[in-house]
Amino acid sequence: MKYVFIIAGVLLIALTIAAGLIWVERRLLSVWQDRLGPNRVGPFGLGQVIADTIKLFFKEDWVPPFSDKPVFILAPGILMITILLTFAVVPFGPDFYVFDSNIGVLFFLGNSSLGVYSIVLGGWASNNKYSLIGAMRASAQMLTYEVFMGLSLMGVVMMADSFSFCKIVEAQRGGWFFIPQFIGFIVFFIAGIAETHRLPFDIPEAEGELIAGYHSEYSGMKFGMFFVGEYLGITLISALISTLFFGGWLGPSFLPPVFWFLFKTFFFIGVFILLRASLPRPRYDQLMELGWKILLPLALLNLLVTGAILIFLK
Amino acid sequence: MDVFFYIAAVVAIISTVMAISGRNAIHSLLFLILSLLAISVVFYLLNAPFIAALEVIIYAGAIMVLFIFVTMMLNIGIERETEKKWLRPRMWIVPSILAAILLLDLILAVKNIRPVSNGEEPILPKQVGISLFSTYLLGVEIAAILLMAGVIGAYHLGSQKKKVKHRFLEIK
Repeated sequence: MKYVFIIAGVLLIALTIAAGLIWVERRLLSVWQDRLGPNRVGPFGLGQVIADTIKLFFKEDWVPPFSDKPVFILAPGILMITILLTFAVVPFGPDFYVFDSNIGVLFFLGNSSLGVYSIVLGGWASNNKYSLIGAMRASAQMLTYEVFMGLSLMGVVMMADSFSFCKIVEAQRGGWFFIPQFIGFIVFFIAGIAETHRLPFDIPEAEGELIAGYHSEYSGMKFGMFFVGEYLGITLISALISTLFFGGWLGPSFLPPVFWFLFKTFFFIGVFILLRASLPRPRYDQLMELGWKILLPLALLNLLVTGAILIFLK
Repeated sequence: MDVFFYIAAVVAIISTVMAISGRNAIHSLLFLILSLLAISVVFYLLNAPFIAALEVIIYAGAIMVLFIFVTMMLNIGIERETEKKWLRPRMWIVPSILAAILLLDLILAVKNIRPVSNGEEPILPKQVGISLFSTYLLGVEIAAILLMAGVIGAYHLGSQKKKVKHRFLEIK
């Protein structure tokens, strides 16, 4: 019975945050761009999300006749499933997690590498040249950034001596990992933006040149799933950054641990949105060069130095 | 635990058959991915969570994405008449005879294989790493040489001198 409550709680928190982020992002962007943003529906415009959702539900759910139907319908589901599955291993509090796997970090990496299929297949099944270009860019970008996303986490795993998220949080009682693993943190953060294909790395959808790229043929709730999936991705990456590098639910005891976890997560979501408001999109070859020539060597160097220091201290 | 094993095994077999017999390249690849995921479940049930995770990350997540990438680039996903011509019923005879022999072999061998008991401790990444870099060091080194050859080959193929500086300015 306790399990059911925890699973329901995790799902509720993850989906509410993801849906609420649509409003948070629009309001925050407008603060940084010196305008008001959505403020008409309900107090502070909070009803905007509900209005948008109702609109999406009543839109015609059109499957193009020239598309590959089964794959077209499957694609948005893959994105939601892989991201929601990963939330199962994220500890929200000392006793607030669905399951504590001894391969937790690998579980996250496996799910994020399966998430690539959603975008690639969505773009391919649309049978549209812009979608296909978006899908090709997405597969190259996400495959590249996955490589050192995994490598950048290995320093944390070595220091905590475990792949389990709960043990990684416990290991940070002496001090948060973002100080000894600063390079790992930076690499993981950049790779996380690229994995969720957010601005500045939203080259797969690039609405200016590819008219929304891989999801330009999607409508109704299928588009809604891609849309919410992106915000779920941001929430997940922010939650993982706070778990792996900033001590997760650890914090001064005057507030409950879950609050500290959510506070840190919201801070990184804010940073994600600030990045969107302030940075331009790089060119495609610049993105690839940054990945293979700078971030991959940095991640490898971080791994080597961390290993050497850990052996020296033993 | 046995029930989970049989479910995963049946899914693996059905999806592999679909992958072989499908005419649409992308659909076949999707079935192959499904089969790899099912095999990863089997590994997990055999108390090898690390190998199960690697199966998903490396095979299903990285290698198959490259397959799909190439299939998309060459635009061979659509059903073609040539595929139909190549996959005539006659083509199935020899492979199925060979596969039947293998199956017989497997059935005879299964009797002598000792099942892994569920009470054993799961094999964790640390143990795998330690045995890779002590007992099986030679294998790791050989794999490294093989991968290095691949990297050098790819560099050689990719390292052509730029003939065009810009799409409008050709170097004479």
